[in-house]
This record gives sequence, structure tokens and C-alpha cells, in this order.
Amino acid sequence: MEYVSPEGLRLDGRRPLEMRQIKAEIGAVSKADGSAVFEMGNTKVIAAVYGPREVQNRSQQLSDQALVRCEYSMANFSTGDRMRKPKGDRRSTEISLVIRQTMEACILTHLMPRSQIDIFVQVLQADGGTRSACINAATLALADAGIPMRDLVTSCSAGYLNSTPLLDLNYVEDSAGGPDVTVGILPKLDKVTLLQMDAKLPLDTFENVMQLAIEGCKAVANYIREVLLENTKQLECRRGV
Amino acid sequence: MLQNKSFSRKTRQGKVIKVVREHYLRDDIYCGAPFCKVCDSSAARLSSTASTVLIVDTNVVLNQIDLLENEAIDDVVVLSVVLDEVKNKNLGVYNRLRALCSNSVKKFFVFSNEYHKDTYVKAMVGESPNDRNDRAIRVAAQWYQNHLGNATRVVLITNDRDNKRKAVEEGISAETGVVLEKDDQSIYLFVSVEAYVKSLGQPGLVDLLVQAPSEDVGMEDVEDLRPSKKKIIYTEHKPMSEITAGLSRGIFHQGKLRVNRYNPFEAYVGSESIGDEIIIYGRANMNRAFDGDVVAVELLPQEQWHEEKSLSIADEEDEEEDDVHLVPSSADDAPRVTNQMQSSLGNANPISSRPSGRVVGVIKRNWHSYCGSLEPMPMPAGSGGVAHALFVSKDRRIPKIRIQTRQLGNLLDKRIIVAVDSWDCLSRYPSGHYVRTIGEIGDRDTETEVVLIENDIDARPFSSQVLACLPPLPWTVSSEDLENPIRQDLRHLRVFSVDPPDIADVTNFVHPGSPLDDEATQRGTSVYLVERRIDMLPKPLTEDICSLRADVERLAFSVIWEMTPEAEIISSRYTKSVIKSCAALSYVEAQARMDDSRLMDPVTTDLRNMNALAKVMRQRRIDRGALTLASAEVKFQIDTETHDPLDIGMYQIREANQMVEEFMLAANISVAEKILSHFPLCSLLRRHPSPTKEMLEPLLRTATAIGLNLDVSTSKALADSLDRAVVSYLGDDPYFNKLIRILATRCMTQAVYFCSGDLTPPEFYHYGLSARLYTHFTSPIRRYADVIVHRLLAAALGIYKLPGIFQDRPQLTSIADNLNYRHRNAQMASRASVELHTLIYFRKRPTDTEARIVKIRSNGFIVFVPKFGIEGPVYLAPRNDKGGGEWLVDEQQQKVKKTDGSISFGVLQTVRIHMEVVEPQPNRPKLQLTLN
Repeated sequence: MEYVSPEGLRLDGRRPLEMRQIKAEIGAVSKADGSAVFEMGNTKVIAAVYGPREVQNRSQQLSDQALVRCEYSMANFSTGDRMRKPKGDRRSTEISLVIRQTMEACILTHLMPRSQIDIFVQVLQADGGTRSACINAATLALADAGIPMRDLVTSCSAGYLNSTPLLDLNYVEDSAGGPDVTVGILPKLDKVTLLQMDAKLPLDTFENVMQLAIEGCKAVANYIREVLLENTKQLECRRGV
Repeated sequence: MLQNKSFSRKTRQGKVIKVVREHYLRDDIYCGAPFCKVCDSSAARLSSTASTVLIVDTNVVLNQIDLLENEAIDDVVVLSVVLDEVKNKNLGVYNRLRALCSNSVKKFFVFSNEYHKDTYVKAMVGESPNDRNDRAIRVAAQWYQNHLGNATRVVLITNDRDNKRKAVEEGISAETGVVLEKDDQSIYLFVSVEAYVKSLGQPGLVDLLVQAPSEDVGMEDVEDLRPSKKKIIYTEHKPMSEITAGLSRGIFHQGKLRVNRYNPFEAYVGSESIGDEIIIYGRANMNRAFDGDVVAVELLPQEQWHEEKSLSIADEEDEEEDDVHLVPSSADDAPRVTNQMQSSLGNANPISSRPSGRVVGVIKRNWHSYCGSLEPMPMPAGSGGVAHALFVSKDRRIPKIRIQTRQLGNLLDKRIIVAVDSWDCLSRYPSGHYVRTIGEIGDRDTETEVVLIENDIDARPFSSQVLACLPPLPWTVSSEDLENPIRQDLRHLRVFSVDPPDIADVTNFVHPGSPLDDEATQRGTSVYLVERRIDMLPKPLTEDICSLRADVERLAFSVIWEMTPEAEIISSRYTKSVIKSCAALSYVEAQARMDDSRLMDPVTTDLRNMNALAKVMRQRRIDRGALTLASAEVKFQIDTETHDPLDIGMYQIREANQMVEEFMLAANISVAEKILSHFPLCSLLRRHPSPTKEMLEPLLRTATAIGLNLDVSTSKALADSLDRAVVSYLGDDPYFNKLIRILATRCMTQAVYFCSGDLTPPEFYHYGLSARLYTHFTSPIRRYADVIVHRLLAAALGIYKLPGIFQDRPQLTSIADNLNYRHRNAQMASRASVELHTLIYFRKRPTDTEARIVKIRSNGFIVFVPKFGIEGPVYLAPRNDKGGGEWLVDEQQQKVKKTDGSISFGVLQTVRIHMEVVEPQPNRPKLQLTLN
């Protein structure tokens, strides 16, 4: 199938190197310590962070660092067919783990020993790239909760279809069965914290695709920084400083 | 700007779900006119002086693609909504339109109106998708007119009446007729195709137009006074919904219609649902389906299965005759089960037969353009005007096609190309339109071009991008090549080649993914015609760089065996190498050296040793059950000046040929084993399916008739019984064995390429060679399959990594399919070329010669002429009284006798015949065989 027309347009009208529109909102769940909604096109996720707080299960407590837990789920209404998905299926367990590891790498856990940080992410609307959107939402929520981090983690995916590297695949492109590279980076430190791909790709092509995904991550990082800045200004305003 | 597209879709399970997709609208889509001051014109394709810009709608593209391909039509804007619609409706036309849009000569520009912020149209409530698309086209046309301003006129070409009415409502002055003079600036013009073409003032162009069906009916009222024309000739096709329902209920069967190459009134539909081929007899049952169409078939009641058979010939008024043709080289070329013979017997012979059926609907048309000529007809009275003519395709599977032309006088003695447009159930023949002229009938160049077009062979010179991939000339082995550790220096060895160029390292020059590689993938094989060769790779590669000539250093891919005198392989090794051939011998030279007992030089000794080994290998292969089949290949001597054939003779097979063949087979087999062990899922191999009982039936029938006992249970059994078949009932006959082998050969299917991941190992078997595995490795210059195998072998040796394409199995399968298609076409083209030259040869030389009867028919027999490798009918009775009269056919004995018993002819009997070219109709020469 033709995913990129000879005119250089993708099925949804984007060019290969363009991302979908992104939108972020901080403080969607007032009860949580930090929360955010993050949208990439029609993909919409919500993240809520609780903590640092006392460890609920004493046996899991770590004496030298904080325990980071993550739970990923998809709302039943998030996809076209309203299927009741069992909780804790393989896919969501894996994504939970991925998100936890990615976030753990940037949270300064050694500053909060014997405590626990819970990250809940839920997909409200799925249109490809939920993994990346979840990580971006979690970053915002963690920042909103005021949890100390080395840097903001941001994530973006890129694929390779019709011999063209494509940034930020949507659901249709994702289901094409081509390679889908999800990258998470620490933009300021220029370090990769997440790299996933479940297909084969020649090494030189892979480098191009990964570089493209990193560019995407950086763009997301810039946007997230703006949103946080705006949010801080508003907080400042409200406090009347 | 963001828009969400949402629509409902039914899933495979039958659930209806709502799908929402993003749709981004952009402001960076440009109009494609180089003179536009607003837009970025770097990608502009319209001509810089265009005063008129054409916009076409979907139906115009679908129906008039031949017109669009004409050079008179230019500066066309193709809207993306039109492209999408065309793609959904007809992929073939879509590909042609895409080719036009990327052709640098044509000025076709694709405007992505669906993504442009000003031309995107959101469907209104209750508006059908069709209406929305029409509106989108009108909006885009209006945008173009506003955008380009007064200096340029935008013309929307459409034949849709509804569209026109709506345009009028929207305030567009829509006038069909020549309205181009109208000076309405701010509004685009709305013109029908006919009106536009007429306004161009080129009468030839009008022939290219497809006639609207409504006009067609009116015209027939006037032109055709025959009352029979009015009656319904074919049954109406069933509506698609009924077909789908019938298919799922198992009443109808879906499959691709294959028309018998030798009897256009008989077709086969391979149906998966009943696991057998359904036979369809007669045009009425074929119900307007063409060869290659995907059709829905209804089975006829069983009691009609035989009656249909006898009807099949008698019914048709315009039965075509058998032409003299080349001897088929495999079952695929040969006529299918001979129903002519059974037809004379009618219901008398209740053999269990295959199901027969009739077409109830065409699911997918396979219409394209066809080569042929007009049926000779007198010039109509007012020859200046429109004339109707019948077009007869060169391909006999295609029915005659009615066309309209204004240049009848010009076209009568020409080979032309015609495209099919429609086939109404009121008309006996489909209607079509003229596309272009190739040249004069009978002219060798014209006929050769017809052969190439018919077989879809690309004979165009290589493009500059392809030639740019070649290494600079003059090319020599460089020091880097010599130092390369993957390449072994074999220059010190005594290397020589016999006829087919040794295995040159073609992949060293043809890199995967390069334009050169793409071109070679498409061509698939070199094509050998009698007077010319169409190369797969450009000349510098085939004739210089990859030609292992004597005394020059060349790169090769070598298979090195160490063998005992008993031809047992001790070790085998594969390596890229540099060689310096000390002699490039032809078969004849090699044979002469071996035969000349005085020669004792090293090369000759080597040749003799190798020949001894080859004989051992050959014997071993035959013991294993490989078939020795025979073909009746002929060789022409061509006049170097006029390119006319001077002489025809059987191709002589020498010991040297067999020697080279033996080593090539061994190399191919051992390479096949090597690559398969490394890449079990993505190797390209070649298999030869065992022939089915049914395919061997004609051979067995002939054998029984002459009292020969053939065992066809395995290839070994067949090989043995062929060896035993030396004495015929006619007494001593040196040619008899070969004749039987030729008859056996034509019962076999063709060997095919396949991807090893698609089949199970038992299916890899090569029947003819009786080999478990086989592939092609030895001729990378002229076969693309060998190039792929070279790459696989190089990857297996760890020299290069495997190109990405091998990981994509569907693509590999499609490459294998394309190779099979190209090989088959190349063979058909070679045969057609030989037939053409045979005709040219006999035009001046009526000849008497000996022939062998190979098949008995009700009114004559088919003879095979060994000397010229051709086959054709000899009629005993005039063609119109079939089977009746003085000749009797004995089916059991395969004999035809005169009723008074004075003369009889039996199968395989030798007869003297006279060959002569006759012209029963002007410009239609054919070779006629008569009993001497």
C-alpha cells in the first residue's frame, strides 16, 4: 500500500518529517499530586502521579532509593471497537514496565529513600504512538508533582514505510507492519533512556530513523518546557508573587 | 489546520464501527504553474506558456486514458481526489495515469486538492461520496481559475450531465459545444470531452475517443439494418450483490477465465471452490468474458456437459482456423484436450468429463489494448466520414472488436492497437477504439514489434539513469579488485570457456536497488528473437565487462570442484575470482578440437577429460531417472544485408553442448543446496511439477494406438520406457524415438521459479531433471534469477550481507512470479519470431517435404515437419463439411480412412506434403500445407 504519495504527502496530509499536533494540559486530576493530559493528534492520554509517599507494601521498601511504580491501562472506549480488555494483559504489563524504567532513569530516586512514587497513565483515545504519549504525559505529571528529575524525558516514535523514514506514526501507519522505533531521550543530557523496535531494519536505515525520532523527542521537549513555563507563570500569578 | 474525517466501516466480523482519522490541511501545496507568482514553482510541471489548463474528472480518466496519453493533450492538472477514485476503480488505469504524471515529456501535474486548505471539501449531510467528489473537483477548478487569474483559462473536462447541471446552478456557464471562444474570465469553463477534442481540430484524435454507450445504441439503429442485431445475443450479467451472495452460497464459482490458445471458443476457469477446472464452451456461455477476467461461473446441469461439447464448434458461424505454428515445447504451449475429435463423436462416447459451466458475471475485467488489424472490408461510400470496422486481434483468444474510425483507408493495411471499451449484451462483438498504428502488415519490423507488444516485452533502449550505473569504459580489472580478500586470484589456472559465457560476476556491477537493478528486475530475462536480441543488461556489461573473452582478465563467480575420474565430487568450493581465460570456444570449435585426434594441446586434453567426466555424470543422472526430452528447435541463417532468412535447419546438438549442460546442471544443483541450507525461507529455486495423468493423456492415446507401452508412473519409469521405444510398428525408423520424445515433451508443464519459503520441500522437486533441488546460477547476464541466486550465494559465503528485499517474502514471491511471467513471454516471443521468419522464408520458396502425422482430426490431420520444426493442419475434406463425407475417423486406432478403404492415414505415419504461402485475403498471408 502507498503510505507516502509521490507528491510527498502521507495519508493524513502530513509530510514524512512532520509530527501530529501536540497539546498538553497540566493539572487534570486535582486529587493527585501531579497530573497532565497529553495529546498527539488523536492519541490522548492522562497521567496522574502520587508521591513521594510512604511505601504501602513494607516488603518492597528500598532503603537507599524511592520505589517507582507505574500502571498503564487503556480505557475501554479508547479504540473504535469497545472491547472489554482484561486488566494486566501482556501488552499493558510490558508498557507499564517500559514506562517505569524510563521514568526511573530520570527521577532522582536516591533523594527519596524509603518512599514510593506511583504513576498512573491511562489511554483515553488511541491512534498510534500511545507509548510515547504516555511517557510525555508522565513527565509532565512528575514535573507537576514537583518530583526531582535529572531532566525531562520525552519520547517520540518514527517508522520506515515505502522506503521513507516517517515521524510519529498514526494508527494506520502503525498497523502497516513496518518497523516502529520508539525513542525516549533526556534532551538536555543528550542521553537515550528508551529504545524499542520490534522489526528488522538495516543498520544504516535504522540510524536515520532513530535520528528522526530523536529530533521528534527534542521538539516535544521544547513544547513541554513551554507548557511548564506557562504553568509556572500562572502559579506565580495566582500566588500573587 | 486540522480536520477530522470520520466515517463508519464494517469490520470483517460484521460489526459496524466508527473510524475517525485526522486530516491535515496545508497551505504549502502549490499550483504547479511556473508562471505563478505566489506559489513555489520548484516542483512545477505545467508548461510556462500554458494558456489553457485542463482539469479532468474521474470518468474521463477511466474512459479516455488513451486520449490523455496522446501528445496533443498536455498541461493537465490531475486532482488527488481523481487519482484516489481512479485507483479504487481501476488499478491499471491508475498506473498509466501515474506514469503520465511522472513522465518528463508530458506536462501533467498532480494537485493534492484534498490537503489544500482552500480546496478541501467537507461532505454535507446526505451528500453521497460521489457527489462530494464531484463538488471537490468543481471547487478545485474554481480555485485554479481564481488563482491563475485572467491570463490562463481553466477548462474542466467532464461528460457527467449531473455535474454540468450542478455547475450551472452554482453559476458556471456550462456549455457543451465549442465554447472556448467565450470570454468569461473569472469563471472556469466546463466542456465535454467530445467538444474539447473537436475544438483541437485534429480528426485523428477523435478515433481515440471512447463512445458513450447511449450514442452507440442510436448509431446502431442507423448503421445496422440486419434484424438479427436487435436481438439479445448474450444474457445479462447478474448484479454484483447477487454474485456475491451466490459465491458465498456456493452456487457460483469464482476464478480467472483462461481461453484456450488454440480454440477461442473454449475456456477454463480454475475454481478453488470445486477444486477443478470448469470448462466453458462457446461464446454464449463465455458471456462476454475476456481471457484473464475474473468471473463468476454457474455450473451447467450434468446432462449438458457433453452436448455442450458437440455444440461448441458447430454453433459458431465464424470459426477461425488453425494456423501453421511451431511445435509446442511444453504442455503450456500445446493445445488442450482435443475436443475437435470428440466433437465428431458427440454423445456417443460417454467418458467421464470435467464440469462445464457458463459465466454469469464478470467480477474484474482484464481489458487492455490489443495488437491486430482490421478485417478487410470495402470502403464505405462516403469515405471521408465515420466508418465502422471489425478489428481482428493477433491473439486468437480475443474476439473481434468493433471500432469507429475516420481514417479507414489508412488503417486497412496496417497493424494497429485497439483498446476495448464496452461489450453490450445486444452486440455480438465488443466495441473499442483505435489507439495507434504500428506499421504495415507483413513488414518484418512491424510484425516483430507486434510480437514484442503482444508479449509485453520492453525493447526500449536503456535510460540514462540505468546507463549511469555502469562502470566507466574501457574497463579493466583494477588493483582493488585483485587485493580484495573476498576475491581469489585464479589467473594462474588454465581457464577456458565453451559457448555460454562462463559465470561472470555480474552482481559486482549490478547493485541492489540501483536503477540498473530495477530495470533488470523488470525485464527479467534477455529475449532472443531470430534477428535480434533484447538484452536484460546494457551492452557494455553483456558484451564486454561481463563477457569472459579470451586473454583478458575478468571477474567471475566460480564453483570449484575436485573430482575423481569416476566423477565423484571430493570437495566443492564457491568463490568470487579473477580469471584470465586462455580460450573462448564455441560449441562447434570445442567439438572440433575434441574430435581432431591430432590435437594434443593442454586445452584439448582438458576438454576430453571433462567430456569423459560429463559422460559419467550424465549416465548417473539418467540412472536416477532424469528425462531426456527432445525439442525440434530450428536455426535460421539470416542474410546480413536484408535480415531475411536464407535457410532453416534443425539445431544440431553436439557432445560439447551436452558436456557444458552437464557441468551447468551440476553447478546449479550444488548452488541450490548451498543457498537453501543457509536461507531455507528466502532462496530462489526452480521446480518442475510432475505432469498430471490428464496432461499425459494425448501421449498415452497415441502410444496405445501404435501399440507402444509407456509407463508414466514416475519420471524414471517414463525415461526407461522412452528408451525402449525404438521400434515402431511401421518398421525400422531412426526418427521414431525422437518423435516420441517430442510428443512427450509437449505434455510437460514448464519449470517455474519460486521462493523456498512458499512451498514445502517435497514440492521443490524438479521432475525433468529428477533433482531434489534446482536453481539457476550459470547465466546472470541474461537471466535475473541468476543475479538473485548470486546475491544469495555471496551472502551465504559471508561476502556481502543479504539485501533487505530478501526479508520481504511477498516481494520475493512477486519477483519470482514476474520472472516466470517474463520467461514465458520471452519464450512465446522467440517462438512467434521463428514463426514469422518461417513465413517470410516460405513466401518465396514453396517446398515439398516429409512430414509426420501427430494427430488425427475429423477432417484431416495435424502434421509435424521435422526439418523446419513446424506443425500445422492438413485438410482432407473441404473445411465446411466436417467429418462427414468420404473420410472416417477411427478413434481407437488413431486412423482416418476413406470410406471405400482405398487410402488410410495413421498417427506417426510419414506423408509427403507441399508447403506454400497463400493469401486467402489481401494482407493476410499464411502458410498452407497440402497433401502431395
